[in-house]
Amino acid sequence: MNDRQTKWIGPALLALVALAGLYLVFLLYVSGQTVVAGVALLVVALMVYVYTAPGAYSYRYLFPGVAGALIFVVFPMVYTIAIGFTNYSSKNLLEFDRATKYLLDETYQTEGLLFAMTVHREGSEYRLKLQNEEAGQAYITGPLALKKTERVVALATPAHAAEPLGGALELRDIIPLRDPMRAVVVKLPDGGELTMSGLREFAPVKKLYSKNPDGSLTNVQTQQIVRPNFTTGFYETAQGEQLAPGFKVGVGFDNFRRVLGDESIQQPFLRIFAWNVTFSFMSVLLTAAVGMFLAVLLNWEAIAGRNVYRMFLFLPYAVPGFISILVFKGLFNNNFGEINLILDQLFGVKPPWFTDPNLAKVMILIVNTWLGYPYMMVLCQGLIKSIPADLYEASALAGAGPLTNFFKITMPLILKPLMPLLISSFAFNFNNFVLISLLTNGRPDFLDTKIPAGETDILVSYTYRIAFGDSGQQFGLAAAISTVIFVMVAILSIVNLRMTKVNQQEAR
Amino acid sequence: MAIVLDKSHRWRVVAAHLGLIAFISLCMFPFLMILSISLRPGNFAVGSLIPDQISFEHWKLALGISYQAEDGSLVTPPFPVLLWLWNSIKVALISAFIAVLLSTTAAYAFARMKFRGKKHWMTALLLMQMFPTVLALIAIFSIFDYLGSYVKVLGVDSHWALILAYAGGIALHVWTIKGYYDTIPVEIEEAAVVDGATHWQAFKYVLLPMAKPILMVVFLLAFIGAIIEYPVASVLLHQEANLTLAVGSKLFLYEQKYLWGDFAAAAILSGMPITLVFVLSQRWMVGGLTAGGVKG
Repeated sequence: MNDRQTKWIGPALLALVALAGLYLVFLLYVSGQTVVAGVALLVVALMVYVYTAPGAYSYRYLFPGVAGALIFVVFPMVYTIAIGFTNYSSKNLLEFDRATKYLLDETYQTEGLLFAMTVHREGSEYRLKLQNEEAGQAYITGPLALKKTERVVALATPAHAAEPLGGALELRDIIPLRDPMRAVVVKLPDGGELTMSGLREFAPVKKLYSKNPDGSLTNVQTQQIVRPNFTTGFYETAQGEQLAPGFKVGVGFDNFRRVLGDESIQQPFLRIFAWNVTFSFMSVLLTAAVGMFLAVLLNWEAIAGRNVYRMFLFLPYAVPGFISILVFKGLFNNNFGEINLILDQLFGVKPPWFTDPNLAKVMILIVNTWLGYPYMMVLCQGLIKSIPADLYEASALAGAGPLTNFFKITMPLILKPLMPLLISSFAFNFNNFVLISLLTNGRPDFLDTKIPAGETDILVSYTYRIAFGDSGQQFGLAAAISTVIFVMVAILSIVNLRMTKVNQQEAR
Repeated sequence: MAIVLDKSHRWRVVAAHLGLIAFISLCMFPFLMILSISLRPGNFAVGSLIPDQISFEHWKLALGISYQAEDGSLVTPPFPVLLWLWNSIKVALISAFIAVLLSTTAAYAFARMKFRGKKHWMTALLLMQMFPTVLALIAIFSIFDYLGSYVKVLGVDSHWALILAYAGGIALHVWTIKGYYDTIPVEIEEAAVVDGATHWQAFKYVLLPMAKPILMVVFLLAFIGAIIEYPVASVLLHQEANLTLAVGSKLFLYEQKYLWGDFAAAAILSGMPITLVFVLSQRWMVGGLTAGGVKG
């Protein structure tokens, strides 16, 4: 391919991406998301500038990667922290505008002409025919998919007898469609609206709320006035009764105060934190001890076939974690697990690995040691190789045995360069969500907590359960705890960077 | 090392061998067990560790084939394992491709160009990858839930959302590739520039062909990283037909519906190829990182 022929590809691609970006900006702006649209517009403008201005040449290579990292890694982290300051949860899920719109779309059925309904199939879709013979009115809607239970507005036109329609559906065929049909609002040519009031009947409806100039809403049926409360995130009546759905509002440090002050959250939080630290520390200690021992052993030239041993010893690291963790989950199973089968045959015991808190913790440490020692072994092997051999020659001359060699030469020499890696490993295990989530999912649970929390939960898995578990999707609270973990990880990272730097300077 | 060996030396070697063999058998126990379980009829442990009779029922189910049980009823596969494997591979291939694309160019700028704040950007990238994605799950879910209400293919339960979420994690790859570029002498590109090549041409025709091994390594690392990723996928994917292997596999082991044998077969079937790719990538990684543009 000739460069002159392909020369237009660059500008064309830029134009295409810019257009797609502008279209997204337009979509966001039209839907009322002014701030997000503004940020998106800024990104697009920056992109166009970087790829056209000669002064920004080096950033052309940088832009895609850095933009990707900023949008999909940094932004979510910053946004998580921001969510920590809101009441975002399954009760307060929507933005204020969308919650208002939801309420304004609510309807109630009023008196008026009732219409008999028949459903007619057309291809894979359906048309509704509405008829009131006394008034001599008949209407027909366009084809509807009737698959989702989201609100659909269907325009109805006067029906003509001449128009061919498929036969009307039997009642038993209508029943499976009733949920999506309840969400259908039929709009008549005169502006009246109808919704389903029975399996064969549609009735006129009116909007339940009307908007007042001061932002409050009036319930048309009861004449009650509801006002948005921006501290609780709900529309409230004068008596303080809250209307669902709520909306997202900032709550300041409330979530953090709950973590630190509310007994029902603080207690499990502290217990989980203690276990989290113990777990990561023990994991690092055990994997490092086993890994270092094996590395020293495999470094011993007197042992034949070291490569074969090394290959087998490395294997646990090569198998995908989610598979080996689930394999252990099955093997440790209280009733049908093979480990208990063997223990039962040999010693006549069946330890309840998943229901006893201490045994569950022991099991987690066993599994994590199995998963993690090969990595430590490989690291130690590399470090041991760099120890000068004459040190061992000297110690042999002095008559030292292998134990003295290990404790006086090998360990002191590799521990220092190993330290930053041990801290990384600590930080990794501190947030080892996959292990806990797949092996025990935090169970057995504490019995005395409001929000489900378990004996083997670590902070991230606890956060995950608060956010995505069965406790009401309290995103705000979960994000606040995530923020606390962020700070801890940041401290660990800084310590780690310092240590690495010190090590590098000494090496020079 | 010439050291006089005392008499206990031989015994210690033998003891080391025995110790290693014992340790390895202990470590390999789960693998052997899972193989035996996958060939054992039924889904519950029944007395013996080595199956008395070999049955391929679990393997058939894992491969998506129904079979006739002894009582004549037709047993259908509980989960679409092959579909999950395909989903995983699809997502991993595309996201690894995007990750390589994004990181090669960024690494080129870091390795070859001068611009303001270069050092800080590099440190920032390093810091970024120290914070695990698990901590941002809520935001990731919220962002894609939000995007999905405007652009359907970027919403929750779409593979494209997952691909985008994975493709941003390039910090480590940028560092790896930059390290490799640094080993290639800049003079080769300068010669090309002297001959009239633009920066882009020097990058595309001179540097990139020489960097192929490291691109392969980074591609494989990103690929494996995406295949074994669990947290983000578990938040973004919900429908059974959309799941990746990492999210789907755990459905086998619910207390109420414990499909131990079926899981064993599915685990071997899906775990083997991933393990092989990983071992291969480790081999190449050593080769790729040490083989620079100039040897010696």
